[in-house]
Amino acid sequence: MSESSLRLVWVYPDLLSTYGDQGNALVVEHRATQRRVPVSRVDVRSDQPVPTSGDIYLIGGGEDRPQRLAAERLRRDGGLSRAVANGAIVFSVCAGYQILGHEFVNDLGRPEPGLGLLDVVSVRGEGERCVGDVLADIDPQLGLPPLTGFENHQGVTHVGPQARPFARLRMGKGNGTGDGTEGAFNDTVFGTYMHGPVMARNPQIADLLIKLALDVNALPPVDDQWFEALRSERIAASVQPA
Amino acid sequence: MAGNSEPLSPRAKLAVTAGKAAAAVSRVAGRGSGSVIGGKVALRFDPDLLARLARHLDVILVSATNGKTTTTRLLAEALRAGGPVVSNALGANMPAGITSALAGGSEARFGVIEVDEKYLAGVARDVAPKAIALLNLSRDQLDRAAETRMLAEKWREGLAGVEAIIIANADDPLITWAASSSPTVVWVAAGQAWKDDAWSCPSCGGVLQRPSEDWFCGECGFRRPTPTWALSGDHVVDPYGSAWPIQLQLPGRANKSNAAMSAAAAAAFGIDPKVALERMYSVQAVAGRYDVVTFQQRELRLLLAKNPAGWLETFSLIDGPPTPVILSVNARGADGTDTSWLWDVDYTRLAGHPIMVIGDRKLDLAVRLEVAGLQFRVCANLDEAVRSAPPGRIEAIANYTAFQDLRRRVGN
Ligand SMILES: [Zn+2]
Repeated sequence: MSESSLRLVWVYPDLLSTYGDQGNALVVEHRATQRRVPVSRVDVRSDQPVPTSGDIYLIGGGEDRPQRLAAERLRRDGGLSRAVANGAIVFSVCAGYQILGHEFVNDLGRPEPGLGLLDVVSVRGEGERCVGDVLADIDPQLGLPPLTGFENHQGVTHVGPQARPFARLRMGKGNGTGDGTEGAFNDTVFGTYMHGPVMARNPQIADLLIKLALDVNALPPVDDQWFEALRSERIAASVQPA
Repeated sequence: MAGNSEPLSPRAKLAVTAGKAAAAVSRVAGRGSGSVIGGKVALRFDPDLLARLARHLDVILVSATNGKTTTTRLLAEALRAGGPVVSNALGANMPAGITSALAGGSEARFGVIEVDEKYLAGVARDVAPKAIALLNLSRDQLDRAAETRMLAEKWREGLAGVEAIIIANADDPLITWAASSSPTVVWVAAGQAWKDDAWSCPSCGGVLQRPSEDWFCGECGFRRPTPTWALSGDHVVDPYGSAWPIQLQLPGRANKSNAAMSAAAAAAFGIDPKVALERMYSVQAVAGRYDVVTFQQRELRLLLAKNPAGWLETFSLIDGPPTPVILSVNARGADGTDTSWLWDVDYTRLAGHPIMVIGDRKLDLAVRLEVAGLQFRVCANLDEAVRSAPPGRIEAIANYTAFQDLRRRVGN
């Protein structure tokens, strides 16, 4: 474990922070601080350059036009792509997830190039928006407990061969492809449709990112009483909707 | 216009009668005040009824994410200085509820109408209002509401062809965007504490620069208009530079902002700001909001906060530590079923207060407060929360259905 602090970068909260996305940044900070890992967090507005020296990058959800603006500015800036080339960890949600892929459909109904950091392609769904609680089993290779979250999107995301689905659905629509997949990941880049925010309901994801960033296999245990209580309640609620 | 009251057609009269009968049945059946069901029945009899009922009134519409019910009450009180007022004072703010309220006001000169954000453009088209007051727009119920920026866009399109005087909050970039396509706008510097829904320019998408009170887009020139009215501390400054004191029984900066907007709107109807503001003092708790009640020998103040902007305003008006605070959050249909917004609220503002959490989603709150580094106690219900609260008046802050639950429990 390095003596230096964990550098956490929250990308474009001015455009991509519609669904309590700050929560993921707060939970990563909280979980690291509890392990006595100092955190320095930088919130990068879309008129500022994305620093390339971060350890963990978070990018959140947003409305359709801000999503296009964010993609344009991230492509032009290049900082996030350079950070990933340097081995940084990225965790993305909803609109941010689509931006990390090769392409998505923008607010004008046209294909918009993404950053190509994750092998996924997103299109606009035909049916109703996917709204509601989700329960899924995360890829066993990641060694995490079940995923609980809240989805609210109209996207359909196809996962290509260079990425793996993040989770297999038990309840919910996830990637919207009808094949039971939710989210995607490769060695360092993660994407999900889950709000909640997802790390408030799945703090083990925050722990995973911290472990990857610090290159350690385990973290000291912390008091999970309220996180676990919330998880159990939401998992029970998604299995047996009220 | 007032005084020029054209009698209702036989069909409209029948519709009003049918609506009243349905409302009476609804009341007897124990389904609330019956105003919405009455309006629905009446509108089915005569779809143009709303337009016809409004024709003999000087109408002002009030819409916003937060504060529209209170502002409607303040403004109705102010306009009573000029003549009888009809208003949907109970917050039934969709077309059926509005129709029902207007049907009860055949003698009125003014109609002061609260309108749900989604219906504003349609109601504005139907009732040909003399004025429209637009207070603020921010994120609210994202699982089902329109996106906030899209709402501003729809208002802009819908209001472009409306002749009403728009009274608009110049400190809210989304409100400014919605209003600035209208020919006649009275700009009010009414303030805006919550800024996180307007960092990108509604016109071009550029990043808005927000140095202190000002805001502007560095890319396209869209900027804060020069206001003619302003909220300045405890005063409203009118276009002549005179400062009039705001004296309300309702607490908080947000209500001063509502009063400033109401004074500017009342002036559009010829009511002097001094008179308007003096009359606003009589407005007490609106639908139980801000009510102080006695429960289990303790004093509780009931505070409604439905969304991040509302919570922010509420934190700024509660008594300081060590005043105990009870927080209650539900996520039923009327609240929005997504609780992500809890993470947009800066709960560190509650540091130093003893905190008790209740409500359907108390565990979401518990995690939120733990991550905020606060001490709190999770309680089964209001009774337990009150019992475990240290001495002093208790501030109870709740979102929509949680607030109704509180009122029911304390018998308010
Ligand atoms: Zn602009």
